[in-house]
Amino acid sequence: MSMRRRDIGESFLEWLLKLLSESEEIEFEDFSLEASELQLDVTGVTPIIRPIMEAVKPEARVVELVEELPKPEVAFTNRISEVRIGATKSEGGSRSRVIVIGGEVTMPFYSFSAVNPNPPVVSGDVFDWKLPLPKPLRDAFGDAMDDPAEWAKLYVDKFAADMVTIELTSTDPSIKDTPIREAVKTVENILQAVDSPIMVGGSGDPVKDVELLVEIAATFEGERLLLSSIPSPEDRFKPIAEAAKRYGHNVVAWASLDLNLQRDLDRAILQILPPERIVIDPTSAPLGYGIEYAFSVMERIRIAGLMGDSELALPILSGTSNAWGAREAWLKIPELGPREVRGPLWETVTALTLLLAGCDLFIMMHPLAIKTVKQVISWLYGRWDKPVGGIPDWLGGI
Amino acid sequence: MAKKISPMDIYKLLPRLNCGKCGISTCLGFAAKLVERTAKLEECRPLFEEEKYRDSLAQLREILRPPVIEVRFGPPGREAVVGGKLVLHRHELRYMNPTILAIDVWDDIGEAELESRVRFIENFKYTYIGRELKLNALALRCRSGDPSRFQDLASKISKLTDLPIVLCSLDPEVLEAALLRIRDRRPLIYAATEGNWRDIAELAKMYRCPVVASAPGDLSKLRGLVKALNSEGLDDIVLDPGTFIGDGLAYTVNSFTILRWLACRQGDRLSGYPILAIPAVVWVDEEFKDKPEEAKWMEAVLTAMMITRYADIVIIHGVDVWQLLPNLILRENLYTDPVKPVSVEPGLREFGSPNDKSPLLVTTNFALTYFTVASDIESARLNCYLLVVDTEGLSVESSVAGRKLTAEKIASAMKEYRVSEKVSHRKIIIPGLAARLKGELEDLTGWEVLVGPRDSSDIPAFLAKYWKI
Ligand code: B12
Ligand code: SF4
Repeated sequence: MSMRRRDIGESFLEWLLKLLSESEEIEFEDFSLEASELQLDVTGVTPIIRPIMEAVKPEARVVELVEELPKPEVAFTNRISEVRIGATKSEGGSRSRVIVIGGEVTMPFYSFSAVNPNPPVVSGDVFDWKLPLPKPLRDAFGDAMDDPAEWAKLYVDKFAADMVTIELTSTDPSIKDTPIREAVKTVENILQAVDSPIMVGGSGDPVKDVELLVEIAATFEGERLLLSSIPSPEDRFKPIAEAAKRYGHNVVAWASLDLNLQRDLDRAILQILPPERIVIDPTSAPLGYGIEYAFSVMERIRIAGLMGDSELALPILSGTSNAWGAREAWLKIPELGPREVRGPLWETVTALTLLLAGCDLFIMMHPLAIKTVKQVISWLYGRWDKPVGGIPDWLGGI
Repeated sequence: MAKKISPMDIYKLLPRLNCGKCGISTCLGFAAKLVERTAKLEECRPLFEEEKYRDSLAQLREILRPPVIEVRFGPPGREAVVGGKLVLHRHELRYMNPTILAIDVWDDIGEAELESRVRFIENFKYTYIGRELKLNALALRCRSGDPSRFQDLASKISKLTDLPIVLCSLDPEVLEAALLRIRDRRPLIYAATEGNWRDIAELAKMYRCPVVASAPGDLSKLRGLVKALNSEGLDDIVLDPGTFIGDGLAYTVNSFTILRWLACRQGDRLSGYPILAIPAVVWVDEEFKDKPEEAKWMEAVLTAMMITRYADIVIIHGVDVWQLLPNLILRENLYTDPVKPVSVEPGLREFGSPNDKSPLLVTTNFALTYFTVASDIESARLNCYLLVVDTEGLSVESSVAGRKLTAEKIASAMKEYRVSEKVSHRKIIIPGLAARLKGELEDLTGWEVLVGPRDSSDIPAFLAKYWKI
């Protein structure tokens, strides 16, 4: 009895069973076996046919298993502007290093088309008052929260953040209404405490922020700070952008999850400052609270920038610490697991999702999140055309 | 750019009977829906029932073939659907078929652990903005190399659950042993490789199962493998370009991106299949081996990146809730339709057992807003009414700013849902973030408008202090 295995198809087993009950020996075209070699399942329904696979002879037809990869035609025409944050002594500032962001020529980690020049960076988020924070953060900062300069040092020295963001939110009239000269002092202390570049954020109060940031700009002339943030309307962004121009700083143009509003604002600020002085913050809604909006707005902005829209060809910033606002990140819910890891993971996932959308600068808080994001960025800047290391044996190895 | 389909091209090939059997009165209307991917070809019954349309059907299938084809596995009624992607970026349309999260089990697992693991995977659910987030599949891993053990695992699993299954081994004999037991489940076979693909192709054909083509670290080989499988008549294929952590991560992200780019932008057939990522590889990496807590952390991180960068199915080992939750939420978020915020029905909701003296609160119909408020009310066990105003799915602050939540809208919702028949008092509480609507709403309705707290978690304290009738 002979039959080509190829043609057997669905009813193979039924057929085989029937056959087994009728004969002692079966001969296939490709191989043969003794019925006795077959292990029979005790239930007698389905046999395990051990020898079949072993016996299939490689066919004569040899297929060369290599099919050339077509070249991905990624053709962006524009370059994102580069922004330098911080100035060294020789440049008129007091920093020991300068951070450069932007300069992209392709989408993030499309290394097969081109490698973007400046790896994204992380800035540690410092506040000028002891604001209520979730416990995992309080534990990570400890007493450093009492002194913004200590807090900044912790980020730079221990958590290896690339730079520091000081949020002067206590100047908000509804928080502490801290006087501007005190806020200036805080910035001064931080510049003394760390040698990394600095970003300075206001409270969001429409009136006081203008006065505050203009004063900061003037006091720290030449430091090339990143002043944040300057939203519409004109009476808010104009005086700050002008001060940034006069005293040599950069600004953050902030719009709320809307590409068109972002472009309008950028256009207006570009009347005052060159693109090398502007970073944009299209708003980072965190994981679970609108990250899909943030992700798509950033992706669209970056694509538009690379395709030639010069008003959007600017480096992007994310206030990633927002992630701690999500309830799942900090609420004490034992069923969800320890919040000591939940919160940091929430922050990490928020950052990495936006990293893949095109974000250049992340303002972050938890040391584990900072460490992971920096680690992932360095991995992503590794060799892309061939995997490094052997093929992981996850099938048998876990 | 991938081809743009026009409804006319489709219309020409439809039966043009305007019979309405597809639920749409005209064939042209149906063609438009097909182009938008809101209808399926199968809904036009004449096309399938009548022999004379056979050629048209084949042509339609070809035209409508998505840049990334859809592959299904699992038992009928509980299939996992992977791929079917139409666009590279979600803002271009939307992402179809959320990434399948498959959790592994292995053949030398203890009896008790197996059962509890499978129960966990089967029952795990987290309710997020009114949606149930769940795990989707099991990946059966042959660790022992022993076909009969693997077969045993398959049998046991099939008694415990009908979750869709990925059968994982590179040994055809092992795979067949399991297939014999669960062929009716239509598992996804992992994997055909350069070394075993002929045998695996046989199995895939014989058992009519989709199959993963695996060539970690070599895209040209992967393409060659897909071509070879195609030449065997197989098209239900999933791609495994290899998942690497550490210094290999750059390769992984780039290769996933190349495949998706070629499929969506250059219409490359051999790249046009769903992609499998295996974040579980973290567990065998030198750096994380024997450090379970770190492995869990990095596995969760890698999973998130792969969900964002085009994975259609992922295989995960760690099952701590803190690891799974952010990824389930990330998937839910990225796979929402960019033009339709997730919203709930507007209307008047009752919480607890309210009476005519109970508080009346207002919120918007954005799902995230509604469910945040609802869970705050529920966990404080309040008895109250909640008027959900149609803001086209926008949050409180966005809708106030965008004039989708106005005094007029609240006033007309109060009328429409007859709040004055439910309560005898004439007081209504608006969200703190909608404070600016107070005066106008009072003028329009004559009701007393109380401005509530900015965050709904403060509602209980607010009511305790200010709600006096
Ligand atoms: C995601 C988002 C969007 C998304 C919309 C998402 C959606 N479906 O709503 C998009 C991108 C579409 C959007 C659009 C706009 N947005 Co918007 N958006 C946001 C963002 C980032 C998060 C909003 C959110 O989801 N919050 C979470 C939900 C749960 O909050 P919530 O609805 O307010 O509910 C809370 C409270 O209100 C309260 N609560 C709710 N109900 C009730 C009921 C009672 C009785 C009580 C007591 C309390 C209470 O408890 C809830 C939990 O805390 C915020 C910024 C931010 N981080 O908050 C800006 C923000 C709200 N948007 C803003 C603006 C201006 C807009 C736009 C007008 C313009 C623009 N920038 O694009 C448009 C309007 C849209 C339109 N077409 O009309 C501004 C509003 C400024 C203001 N105060 O006037 C914000 C604050 C950003 C900013 N700082 O500029 N936005
Ligand atoms: S069922 Fe088919 S033939 Fe009938 S109206 Fe719909 S598309 Fe036309």
